[in-house]
Amino acid sequence: MNALIVAGVLLVLLGVSYQTGWSKSRNLATANGVKVHSRPQYHGSYSAIWTMIPALVILLLWAWFGGGIARDYAVSQIPQDTLLALDQAGLNNALNRINALASGYGVAGDVAPWEQAAGSAVRSFNFLTFAGMLVLAVVAGGAGLVYARSRITARLRARNTVERVISLLLLACSGVAILTTVGIVASLVTEAFRFFTFINPIDFFFGTVWAPNNAGGANHGQYGLLPLLTGTLMITAIAMLVAVPVGLMAAIYLSQYAPRGFRAVVKPFIEILAGIPTIVFGFFALVTVGPFLRDFGNAIGLNINATSALTAGIVMGIMIIPFVSSLSDDILNQVPRSLRDGAYGLGATQSETIRNVLLPAALPGIVGAFLLAVSRAVGETMIVVLAAGNSPILRGNPFEPVSTITVSIVNQLTGDTDFTGPQSLVGFALGLTLFVVTLCLNIFALYIVRRFREQYE
Amino acid sequence: MATDIASPASRSASSERTRAIRAGLVRRHATEQIFRGLGIAAIAVALGFVAILFIDVFRKGIPAFVQSNVHLSVFFDPELIDVDPAPARDQFPSDAEYTAASLKWQRSVALLNWNTIVEASLRKAAPEAGDMTAREILSIPETDARHEIREMFVANPSLLGQTVDVDVLASANAQNWIKGNIDRSLGDKQQQLSAPARALIDTFVENGTISNGFAWSILTNVDSRSAPASAGLLGAFVGTLWMMLIVVVLAVPIGVAAAIYLEEFAPKSRLTDLIEVNINNLAAVPSIVFGLLGAAVFINWFHLPISAPLVGGLVLTLLTLPTIIIATRGALLGVSPALRQAALGMGASKTQMVFHHVLPVTFPSILTATILGVAHALGETAPLLLIGMKAFVASVPATPLDQAAALPVQIYLWQGNENRNFFEPRTAAAIMVLLGVMILLNGAAIYLRSRLEKRA
Amino acid sequence: MDMLAGKIKTTSQNLDSAMNPTDMLDRQIRLTARDVTVHYGTKQALHGISIDIPDRAVTAFIGPSGCGKSTFLRCINRMNDTIEGAKVGGTIKLDGEDIYSPDLDVVELRARIGMVFQKPNPFPKSIYDNVAYGPRIHGLARNKSDLDEIVVSSLRKAGLFEEVKDRLQEPGTGLSGGQQQRLCIARAIAVGPEVILMDEPCSALDPIATAVIEELIDELRENYTIVIVTHSMQQAARVSQRTAFFHLGHLIEQGPTEDIFTNPVNKQTQDYIMGRIG
Repeated sequence: MNALIVAGVLLVLLGVSYQTGWSKSRNLATANGVKVHSRPQYHGSYSAIWTMIPALVILLLWAWFGGGIARDYAVSQIPQDTLLALDQAGLNNALNRINALASGYGVAGDVAPWEQAAGSAVRSFNFLTFAGMLVLAVVAGGAGLVYARSRITARLRARNTVERVISLLLLACSGVAILTTVGIVASLVTEAFRFFTFINPIDFFFGTVWAPNNAGGANHGQYGLLPLLTGTLMITAIAMLVAVPVGLMAAIYLSQYAPRGFRAVVKPFIEILAGIPTIVFGFFALVTVGPFLRDFGNAIGLNINATSALTAGIVMGIMIIPFVSSLSDDILNQVPRSLRDGAYGLGATQSETIRNVLLPAALPGIVGAFLLAVSRAVGETMIVVLAAGNSPILRGNPFEPVSTITVSIVNQLTGDTDFTGPQSLVGFALGLTLFVVTLCLNIFALYIVRRFREQYE
Repeated sequence: MATDIASPASRSASSERTRAIRAGLVRRHATEQIFRGLGIAAIAVALGFVAILFIDVFRKGIPAFVQSNVHLSVFFDPELIDVDPAPARDQFPSDAEYTAASLKWQRSVALLNWNTIVEASLRKAAPEAGDMTAREILSIPETDARHEIREMFVANPSLLGQTVDVDVLASANAQNWIKGNIDRSLGDKQQQLSAPARALIDTFVENGTISNGFAWSILTNVDSRSAPASAGLLGAFVGTLWMMLIVVVLAVPIGVAAAIYLEEFAPKSRLTDLIEVNINNLAAVPSIVFGLLGAAVFINWFHLPISAPLVGGLVLTLLTLPTIIIATRGALLGVSPALRQAALGMGASKTQMVFHHVLPVTFPSILTATILGVAHALGETAPLLLIGMKAFVASVPATPLDQAAALPVQIYLWQGNENRNFFEPRTAAAIMVLLGVMILLNGAAIYLRSRLEKRA
Repeated sequence: MDMLAGKIKTTSQNLDSAMNPTDMLDRQIRLTARDVTVHYGTKQALHGISIDIPDRAVTAFIGPSGCGKSTFLRCINRMNDTIEGAKVGGTIKLDGEDIYSPDLDVVELRARIGMVFQKPNPFPKSIYDNVAYGPRIHGLARNKSDLDEIVVSSLRKAGLFEEVKDRLQEPGTGLSGGQQQRLCIARAIAVGPEVILMDEPCSALDPIATAVIEELIDELRENYTIVIVTHSMQQAARVSQRTAFFHLGHLIEQGPTEDIFTNPVNKQTQDYIMGRIG
């Protein structure tokens, strides 16, 4: 409700200020017959900027501090002796009750008279502060508007000011991307650093046992990365064994052999695979592929677990097929036609041309695509959470359950823990490892692919 | 001999060469066929997986859209419902006092054992169940049947003493038995329901007391643990909706603005290079890392509420941003320089050129990229788990600050439910809903792109 | 349209005179094309081309860009097969054998009719492997020393051997443009073709490299049937014995190079040679 009122007031301010600037500019142009530097809509935007900024600043200040002030006021309405008897939880409870009464929502149980009184006091306080803040915002906006209006003359370079503001806004928006990276690095590094105050980094990076003591207490348990790393690598390797041959061959067929109509129909269908959420693949792996592999293993006398590195790896490979195939497709299409013609001109068959000329020429690009696919497999989460078996034990048998870095992050960080012990902080150390590994793969891969592209440009 | 191999002067050399070439042709063409076959096989494998996945999910999920309803005629027995009459507004001087009295009355209603009423209605429908225990009989309807009947009474206290026809859901175990999700030949020990209860269910199905209908509950109910048969997706759906709203409201303007700045305004400097490399790499950062960012920054540092769509939306915004920036830049790059020069030549400022001429042309591509970005964000699960969205939430979030689930997270939660027989189909059904939304979005993207590009 | 029809008639008259044995300089005919047409989708790129190409001589196709000369060249070794939607009609015979007959293996055909392209296109392999590629895929060498001999003799014939003999294992892409083009010629020769098609082989080269290639072409004609597409009339005049002039998908005029340049029958040919077209 309040948010709607605020939005409404802001819209009215915006409209009024724009209209004011616009009409003043219009009058200038018609009255004097002089040449006005900027068009009316720029004067309108100019006044709007001068109006909205002060108003928004006040609203933001209120949003930031208003909650605290309201809380302090509510606390002051609790009788002194009652207040003294309350502990932290009791105080929060009392405040919740008061706020519930103030909002007219009603509370369960009997209402003490002081609660009733405090409720109505808070109610009127909230109303007054809200109204006061709105008035203040409107006044500040109005002041800005008056100033802006006084500055509007024929010579005012309103367009330049407006455009400067726009380009500053645009710059701020692209800053968000930088901020995201800074946020990722800062949060991972600080929290991982806190983790390393509990656990020696050497024990983490080279430890062979993963056994966090999630119960808490003085014994934190063991946090060896190696079992998770081997699990991650094993699943990634299996996924690549599935995705690279299938994806590459599909790309070759689609880009070199398939008639245009076939390509136009089949390509979107393969790309559907890329759009399917990973949780769906996880479910598919868990309830269909896993049991199938187990039964298949039984039939040929192999002991395959339903949830295993193999299950997760195969399904992850399926997920990555369209990724590999569309990247390879792009890269194969970048190889100049003249090279293919050269081979055909010598009497090479199509497959000879592809194998002996096209693929070697495209190799760097394909390696880049492969590395990007590896990076994606390493960071994939939901398939392994559901289908890898969550068994963080160092072993090399792909038919056994394993665990991965991402699975352990999900297990250790459930979201409701406070980040005080290594049990949850290890998630950030794992995240940092994951981030560094994928970042290196990505940078290297993008570098290779770029070099490859430049070669044929 | 090799020296004159290239000389057509020697006819014999020429024919010898032709023979050599011909000798290899069969093998080479066979290789060609094998290679081509491998290509077709790869495509068949990829398409086969798409087909298997969809068929599998649909085969499992479709039965979950059928629910078994128990038709009861409920007698609101005044002997069992022994409470004071409901308070009326005009008996009290103020709203607050009325609310208090009303809440008190509701508590007293809630304290009654409504199961006895459910049990009585069931016994009425099946006189042959005389010696079955209450427990056995009550294993047939879902446990929330009593709440449903109680709510009817709270809403309309005049029902006291009347008989009303009510449809309640059959319990998850009963539905497993009816649909054959559990092997009927298993012994008593492995069955969830007792032998008399199973027999009674079969009787009910025969005499029409239990019948099947479309499971609207999946779409209209919120999640439930105590009454699994009534667990639905509404809460998760609305949670996802909130998040997507935040993504659209934040990611699209910021992403497009950033792309415009980088492509049109940014001076070529080290800083712009850095931003560029940075965006390309952000696009490839695993999604779970964004979850860590959300947990550390939004929840631990800024103290935003846990498992709220707001935080989820913010995390997904950051996740989608690079995709939208890259796609928009691609679109801007594709605008012909002629258009730009024409605009600038007419005296438009750079800002005017971009906003009046370049941006409208790229609108279809930006729209498509946005929809695809949102579709991608829609399916993201891992980052949401890290910001606490795997908590069980049985309500529809009214604001983005309330606790909520999300569609993919709901799938994650349901697949982990112990009652596998019942929840596996239900999970598949939830996946069908998720895939349905995604296909709709992707279809819309394809449709809009073709429509708008034709017009342009 | 009528004008064009008239011109086509002239063309066939020219063809009759082309059949005159004295005009053919006593050379045997290797290639004969009759009524060759090419469609790309619905667009017709070539209209009824008929021409005879003699053995051990250089035949030049000239004409403004887009006139169909390269398209026709690519018909001769069926390179148009690799373009989606291209349809070729009419007949082309190599030593009396229809190259578009279903019995004919295109792989074998291309081994007999080699091709050199507009832009040097060495494979991203070593110089040696570039030249050895053709003999390898066709199984022309029984052993390593056989292959070595083919590579060396082909490089010699292409006049490149002395320049690269110490760096045969270095990548072919590291050579200069002119050297790359000679490498491509060596690569084509190594298969032992009877006909070599050259599609504007010097258009990407500087004048000095061009002169070297032209000299090479002149030497090669001792042993091969050479067809060269060029946009430079000077080049055609320098290297070819016979010239055919293409315009807008039609073969306008053909004959001994000297006649075409000094005494063109057709007005359009005259215009082109005088620099009025294209």
